[in-house]
Amino acid sequence: MKPIIFSRPMTQVIPMLAGIIAMAGLLLASCQARRSSEAGAINAQEAAQRVYVAPGKYDEFYAFMSGGYSGQVSVYGLPSGRLFKIIPVFSQNPENGYGYSEETKPLLMTSYGFIPWDDAHHPELSQTNGVPDGRWLFINANNTPRVARIDLKTFETVETIEIPNSAGNHSSPFVTENTEYVVAGTRFSVPTPQQDVPIDSYKKNFKGVLSFIKVEPSGDMDLAFQVIMPGFDYDLAHAGKGKSKDWVFFTCYNSEEAHTLLEVNASQKDKDFVAAINWKKAEAYIQQGKYHQMPGTYYDNRFDTSTQTARSFVHKGVKVLIPAECPGLVYLIPAPKSPHGVDVDPSGNYIVANGKLNADLSVFSFDKMQQAIQQKQFDGEVNGIPVLKFDATLAGIVKSGGLGPLHTEFDDKGNAYTTFFISSEVVKWKLGTWQVEDRQPTFYSPGHLMIPGGDSRKPWGKYLVALNKITKDRYLPTGPELCQSAQLFDISGDKMKLLLDFPTVGEPHYAQAIPASILMPQSDKIYSLANNRNPYVTKTEKEARVVRNGRRIDVYMTEIRSHFVPDNIEGIHLGDTVYFHLTNLEQDWDAAHGFAVEGNRDNAELLLMPGQTKTLKWVPQRVGVFPFYCTDFCSALHQEMQGYIRVSAPAEQVALSWSTGKE
Amino acid sequence: MKKRLNTLLFLIAAFWFVGCHSSSTSEQQAAASTETPSASASTSTANPLDDKGIGPVQSVQLGPIQSELAKKGEAIFNEKCTACHRIESRYIGPALKGVTKRLAPEWIMNMILNPDVMIQQDPIAKQLVNESNGAVMANLHLSEDDARALLEYLRSIDDSSSSR
Ligand SMILES: [Cu+2]
Repeated sequence: MKPIIFSRPMTQVIPMLAGIIAMAGLLLASCQARRSSEAGAINAQEAAQRVYVAPGKYDEFYAFMSGGYSGQVSVYGLPSGRLFKIIPVFSQNPENGYGYSEETKPLLMTSYGFIPWDDAHHPELSQTNGVPDGRWLFINANNTPRVARIDLKTFETVETIEIPNSAGNHSSPFVTENTEYVVAGTRFSVPTPQQDVPIDSYKKNFKGVLSFIKVEPSGDMDLAFQVIMPGFDYDLAHAGKGKSKDWVFFTCYNSEEAHTLLEVNASQKDKDFVAAINWKKAEAYIQQGKYHQMPGTYYDNRFDTSTQTARSFVHKGVKVLIPAECPGLVYLIPAPKSPHGVDVDPSGNYIVANGKLNADLSVFSFDKMQQAIQQKQFDGEVNGIPVLKFDATLAGIVKSGGLGPLHTEFDDKGNAYTTFFISSEVVKWKLGTWQVEDRQPTFYSPGHLMIPGGDSRKPWGKYLVALNKITKDRYLPTGPELCQSAQLFDISGDKMKLLLDFPTVGEPHYAQAIPASILMPQSDKIYSLANNRNPYVTKTEKEARVVRNGRRIDVYMTEIRSHFVPDNIEGIHLGDTVYFHLTNLEQDWDAAHGFAVEGNRDNAELLLMPGQTKTLKWVPQRVGVFPFYCTDFCSALHQEMQGYIRVSAPAEQVALSWSTGKE
Repeated sequence: MKKRLNTLLFLIAAFWFVGCHSSSTSEQQAAASTETPSASASTSTANPLDDKGIGPVQSVQLGPIQSELAKKGEAIFNEKCTACHRIESRYIGPALKGVTKRLAPEWIMNMILNPDVMIQQDPIAKQLVNESNGAVMANLHLSEDDARALLEYLRSIDDSSSSR
């Protein structure tokens, strides 16, 4: 069991061994398999050479890792495992003022109001012809259902859209072959539309809603339609590609429709389902007017890059399709047992559904599925949705020998790679022969795995990253709370080779990666000051000013190495609300400035990239003179980059004034 | 094989030590500057007017002052440069009156267009940063045409002040 590359004192291995022994005989087979596979491991020096990126050199791939319950996305380099950036998406981020600046607060608006946190799960790159194209990255919010879009020129969140009639937005945000749609399926079925009903009326009142979000060529998202499904738990999804491109596949569990102790009650049946939805048919039904209008208020928040400001648009009502009224829209494929991941191979023919309570993988054939539909090889129906015969759609079964299969990705040589959570391993197998080719242990309990382009038509099959849920004993301990971890494998040869462990932020549910050669040339360096249309921009120091409007003070302030204009402000009174509108006048790459003012109860700092304008709200709490300063070490005179704002009692006669220097 | 590994380990160690003492940014900028077409190397220049600086501008043809161009330069100056410069007096950076008499036109344009490299490598620019207490010239990514207009504006000031 002891990993070959990173040896450690025996004492740390013992608790792990104890855990393994507790799993008893079940695991014996896979332990033996591991031992035999250690032949595939390489020594530490060789691994170091493969992942070492010399100072000043670049990584081959950008990897986008879900930040899990941090609500963020983190950007890593592969093969080095170096962290480049954390992109805040669904959570306020004090590091750069996301969700604290007035310009970005609307991105966190929902029908519930402002929500400062969410649980992000699955990053998904936009695709053209089924290949990641580097335009955008989508990611879902699992708790208060939303989908976000990140612009990969700026690596900033530019849109968040709320999903009504949904709960636990887990089977999301997977894209169709040309990013026509981003899908979002509900994990928790809920009363639809929401209403006050007894929980034990689940079977009668609870429904599972699958949402299709249209993506415009500009990237703007709109909720196009929803499909009302039985009250199951819709877990994961993937769109078809090539011949299956008109379809999206969703796994579901809890076809028992239990509403309590699902650990037991949702594991009763031998099989649950993969739901296959024909989105082209759905479009046609919408055009024919076969939809119902359902209530549901939701927010669509869009960041306008010219004003550098997000705006919220509130929508009411959504078009829904009911499968029983729309023949050919949905079919159910029985899949053993509580399937989790559903993954489509690069050809678009094979659909892999991993029953997480099953040792084997079921692989379905799109061709056979089409044939079964034509020949009406049905096994009854659920809520008017035909259930296809299991045998009629099955292409093959992978006898894995592992336990707890979760997710599968593909390389460009006809191989598939599946994570096994319980037996802590990645298993490589061949499409078509269904034979296991290799298996390597992971440390420990991998959820998703990721191969660059590994869920697309064109995998770049050089590396595989296993995203592990358990890290105990892999790193220096940091008390009870440990980092999450990723493990990098070389998959260019016959056998997978473990190269590197690296820690990740939050829980790294899923990840996507794309060659650096695609993203690097298009990455923005600055925001053009000339094109800055923020209504509060201050483009020259001469225009800097302070304006009183009743109790509201607007400070139009500039920053350039290494001073503010103005840097002395007087005539503010208790009871005023001050809006600092900062503009960074720099036009040089990496010439950022920050802004912070003492005693700001509600907000963090601002961090401004060159040419950017951002606004920080500050409500003075006390009388006195309060410093503000630049938080980003910008120059040799950064410590000098400071100023004062004077706050007077309401009765004091202090005129409004502002200045920088004495000329 | 073993020898290669040893070399690698040595390199890792070497970078480790180097990394402690010099910033990689300056290394990169130094590397970048070798790709930039540079005018005469300026270390041993006696007359400051012979230093053309380091940057895209190799030579500037000067004629009589073009007043339209100078006017355009003045507008750019008021919008972009006044954050740090005044004509008559030292502000964040040096006073600009007389600069076209003191320094070569190529040097002035290169300082505007390529300040990052200039303040690292050009002896006069280094000296000026020193005199400005370490305040560096910001790269505002102006075009060569903008820099030429600014030069004309500065020339027009020096021209009118010397003829007065
Ligand atoms: Cu600063």
